[in-house]
Amino acid sequence: MRRKYLIAILFIIRFSPATAQIDPSLLRRVPKDTSRPVMNMDAMYNRPSLQLGKLPVSLGGYVEANWQHLGTDGISEGHQFQFRRLSLFVSSSISKRIKFLSEIEFEPSENSIEVEFAAVDIEFHPLFNLRGGMIVNPIGAFNQNHDGPKWEFTDRPISAEKMLPDTWSNAGFGLYGKYYRDKWMLGYEFYLTGGFNNSIINNNQNKTYLPAAKDNPERFEESASGEPLVTGKLALKNTRIGEIGLSYMGGVYNKWQDDGLILDKKRRVDVFAVDFNTLIKRTNTNIIGEWAWILVDVPNTYTQQFGNRQRGGYMDIVQPVLKNNILGWEGAVLNVACRLEYVDWNVGRFKQTGGNIADDVWSVMPAVSFRPNSQTVLRLNYRIRKQRDLLGNPPANTAGFIFGISTYF
Amino acid sequence: MKKLWVVIGMLALVVSCSKLEPAAPAKDKVLDGPVDGLTYAQAAQHGLGDADFTGQVFTKETGLGPIFVATSCASCHAGDGKGHPFSTLTRFGQIDSTGNRFLDQGGPQLQDRALPGFQPEQIPAGATSAKFMPPGNTGLGFLELVPDADILSMSDPNDTNGDGISGTPNWNTIPPFVTPAPNALTRNGKYICRFGKKASVYDLRQQTTNAYNQDIGITSAFEPYDVYSHLEIDPETSTTTINNVVFYLQTLKAPVQRDQSNAEVMAGKQLFIGINCSGCHKPELRTGASPVAALNNKTFAPYTDLLLHDMGPGLDDGYTEGNAATSEWRTAPLWGLGLAPGSQGRQYFLLHDGRAHSIEEAIQMHGGEAGNAKNAFNALTGSERQKIITFLKSL
Repeated sequence: MRRKYLIAILFIIRFSPATAQIDPSLLRRVPKDTSRPVMNMDAMYNRPSLQLGKLPVSLGGYVEANWQHLGTDGISEGHQFQFRRLSLFVSSSISKRIKFLSEIEFEPSENSIEVEFAAVDIEFHPLFNLRGGMIVNPIGAFNQNHDGPKWEFTDRPISAEKMLPDTWSNAGFGLYGKYYRDKWMLGYEFYLTGGFNNSIINNNQNKTYLPAAKDNPERFEESASGEPLVTGKLALKNTRIGEIGLSYMGGVYNKWQDDGLILDKKRRVDVFAVDFNTLIKRTNTNIIGEWAWILVDVPNTYTQQFGNRQRGGYMDIVQPVLKNNILGWEGAVLNVACRLEYVDWNVGRFKQTGGNIADDVWSVMPAVSFRPNSQTVLRLNYRIRKQRDLLGNPPANTAGFIFGISTYF
Repeated sequence: MKKLWVVIGMLALVVSCSKLEPAAPAKDKVLDGPVDGLTYAQAAQHGLGDADFTGQVFTKETGLGPIFVATSCASCHAGDGKGHPFSTLTRFGQIDSTGNRFLDQGGPQLQDRALPGFQPEQIPAGATSAKFMPPGNTGLGFLELVPDADILSMSDPNDTNGDGISGTPNWNTIPPFVTPAPNALTRNGKYICRFGKKASVYDLRQQTTNAYNQDIGITSAFEPYDVYSHLEIDPETSTTTINNVVFYLQTLKAPVQRDQSNAEVMAGKQLFIGINCSGCHKPELRTGASPVAALNNKTFAPYTDLLLHDMGPGLDDGYTEGNAATSEWRTAPLWGLGLAPGSQGRQYFLLHDGRAHSIEEAIQMHGGEAGNAKNAFNALTGSERQKIITFLKSL
């Protein structure tokens, strides 16, 4: 009996490719919807994708891989080859005004396969869309714009990745909409979702660390505080000037009661962010920036190692220097760029001395990037980073090269 | 041809990239780092201990507290150097050699921080207390290996030489998990202890397990009692971790003196010896036998005698440990003094509780057995005093 199964499996394996192989000509690029102007809030849907025949399903994704050689005060781990992530998108137009998108991310170094986004959008009116499912909270702009191929830098901004959690998603519902007239656009987003937990002030980073809450998969089933995390964003764009966004995310983060037993008072986390991006048309210079402030109610009987205020942000300046037929690629672009970053993990003063609590990092990252097409980027960065400890001792100096490739597919 | 140059350029970048990275600071510019001459296996164990000491942060889930002082070893010992008032310890409850009368009320150490939902300890009414700055860790393995006989030979309890300096060891009981050194001396079942501000701790194993327990609230096979419940609970850190951290501390290098041939430093050292600062701050000690070749029978320069000295009423906080009097303090090793600001937030916090903010201020706060040396220092010219300060900053 077992032998028969084996023969059957071998038969299927031997002959199935001939019958199951997809004709590549059936796969076609879905043209971007240029009928409506786009804003940062459209980033999740505004991605390249492929469609199979006339099926109402689009597939897409991106991949990121790096080589790096970094050293900190004379100590280096040497040559490191990193497969950062593979993301897959599946989107579907269920009907004319109902659509679905999911994004699944594989990060082998963290042994993680995560559904980052899986939501249904129902359009009642351009100003009134309902979104429900697993939502990427729109705090700042990077969280919704995190795709590797969009950036000239191999690493995500420190403030967007380590201070605000990047790819921070939660189960929930909300509304969004856009209004545009002439060169102006106004967009809003408002969501109620699950959120943070005690780990933001109880983690192995030894500092207030919002991304620690990402390690809690229970948040997709049970909110630690039992109260919604409110996220809202208002963005204004002028096609000549640029886009500015103001966003807020906040709520009670701690498990203050369990089974009716009161364990602690309700403690809040509040995050405020401002983001902007602009293209200086005369020089074709792209400037993107974001700055955020975090306020956390930390018990005053806890350690000041975990700060109650954080702030930080980044600014990217990207300057195309050559746009031509390069090595046979039509319309290839060579850019030079620079990212400036700063994060203060613990804004405040020591109770014991009144002295400043340091615990901060700043970084400068000059870069050269080559885009053979709009979906693919090869980038060479040089990272210069200075990181001070809580006490403000002489900083740890890190520097080194990073080369990476990232592309949509 | 252009493509070839691009390829050559990329290869050159890969080969030379380490040249464009920050260089290691000179060994005499930083306190941390292993002692030279470790075997591969010893270096590996040092690395494991380093990871636990500097990298492990405890959380509620891994045993932190629930009442505690710090969340990790590195919270108190940045760069393996002296600490900062942020992580100062408070001890309470003992005023003489009869022992701590407040052990049942949380003594000897105050856990002044707590996990959310818990309340930190308060000093009980009637208990005296003192604040202790975290010490530097460098060179501890050398200090641990100084033979008891050598420490005893520096003691002069009756001041027979008449220099105003007596100096006595802290004879103290040791916990059952501590194995006395082969050459250990005993007196009425007590041993010569050498670590801690009051020299009440026998060795680095006792110091380490005690710090895990009292500072972080972490139990081990050696210290199984929880600081909050006072109940014996399962170990929250492994014996392997304790062993690795102890080995890490034992194999940290001794601070390296800088500018030894500088004329002002040399003159300062002569003046330092001349006014008998070296009566307590002994310039040279020697280790005994050690299985670690890098520590075995080595001469080193800690500037301490590991003895207790009466420092006068100004430094008497009314609290003590072991058999020390409340005014007695172990001679602080002066090695690494010049690099102390590099671990204290670019400023000085000196003496046992960090009350002195400069070397000069620390000298002026010396009293008791150190009174003669202080007076002699004050009798020097400004230039001579500066030479001593320059010398001390070279350590």
